[in-house]
Amino acid sequence: MGAMVGSAVTLAETPLLSYVLGRADDALILGHRLSEWTGHAPILEEEMALANLALDLIGQARLLYEYAGVIEGAGRSEDDFAYFRDPPQFRNLLLVEQPNGDFAMTMLRHFLYAAFADPYWRAMMASADATLAAIAAKAEKEMAYHLRHAADWVIRLGDGTAESHRRLESALATLWPFTGEMFRAEAGEAALIAAGIVIDPATLRPTAEATIGRVFTEAGLTRPACDGWQSGGRRGRHSEALGHLLATLQHLARSHPGATW
Amino acid sequence: MVSGADRVTRARAALATVTDPELPPLTIADLGILRDVVADGEGVEVLITPTYSGCPAMVEITAAIRAALAEAGIAPARVRTVLAPAWTTDWLSAEGRQKLSAAGIAPPTRQPPRCPRCASPATELLSAFGATACKALWRCTACREPFDAFKCH
Repeated sequence: MGAMVGSAVTLAETPLLSYVLGRADDALILGHRLSEWTGHAPILEEEMALANLALDLIGQARLLYEYAGVIEGAGRSEDDFAYFRDPPQFRNLLLVEQPNGDFAMTMLRHFLYAAFADPYWRAMMASADATLAAIAAKAEKEMAYHLRHAADWVIRLGDGTAESHRRLESALATLWPFTGEMFRAEAGEAALIAAGIVIDPATLRPTAEATIGRVFTEAGLTRPACDGWQSGGRRGRHSEALGHLLATLQHLARSHPGATW
Repeated sequence: MVSGADRVTRARAALATVTDPELPPLTIADLGILRDVVADGEGVEVLITPTYSGCPAMVEITAAIRAALAEAGIAPARVRTVLAPAWTTDWLSAEGRQKLSAAGIAPPTRQPPRCPRCASPATELLSAFGATACKALWRCTACREPFDAFKCH
């Protein structure tokens, strides 16, 4: 690592760099959120599951950050992107940075993300960009497992006790306004979509909504009406929660720049 | 001066000793992680592929590859990660599958796995995520023993 360490340098972000960073940030932030459960999960099997889900996501983030470094061509490593950017430079969806809350909140947040990410990565396997297509082929297999696991929990909690159902409904009321952002393309992405490098996320909405509808029916949940979607994460406008998350995630690397162990 | 073909043969022999730290009975060739070995200048280039994107064993495997080649006197050795086409459990060798069974781990299958201890087909999934990213936790309802099964990817 060179002169970048500790400095919040903003290099010109091309649309492709912003895009790749966005997907890397989604995976890193959600992976970090899940890893916060380590040592706190309700049962042993779930402790292992959450750690594995986190590991998959952090692995996907690493592949994407590595590619972001190649695109940028300024010698930044995956660690530079993860540890030495400030909240306004993060490009993740607001959904993934929402705090864990209780187990219902964590599993519902994961289900909503996976219902989008599974078909998203499957579609991205056809990207005209060979690296993104290759990363997609890995991520898609992993997200299929994530979707199944999270959907099982949403059904189990929704169709469980009155208390588990109440908690899941409360989580849904909190999280639903953040789901619209998943299907929004940013202005700068039009050329990437036209070139077949990325897909328009709006095209995934019917598939994701069908999955969500099917699981909600089984869970006895009603999809809330929403007249105002929360967005801005892709442009660096985040909730307070991201600052707290990054304070934990980045503390060690920023306190001891270049440390290895 | 050793010819490129000789060097590749010697490198492959050295790499046959490199195993997966999470699945010690299996070599990287058994797992399909080892994609190719090619002559590269005076040394060799080793192409490997990650099994799962977050597999923590890849760092150790890369170090083990370098160490094995250094010990065999093959230098310089470069290790390159190749992502496409994506690794699949179909790449596990027949020998690798037998070694997994012998180690008490059910090999990957699209059907419910048979119990690696008593071979009963009466098994149930306990958790889709096991002790490592590549395994799920199952239980045999005949002999009652829990066991790991390699996830199908």
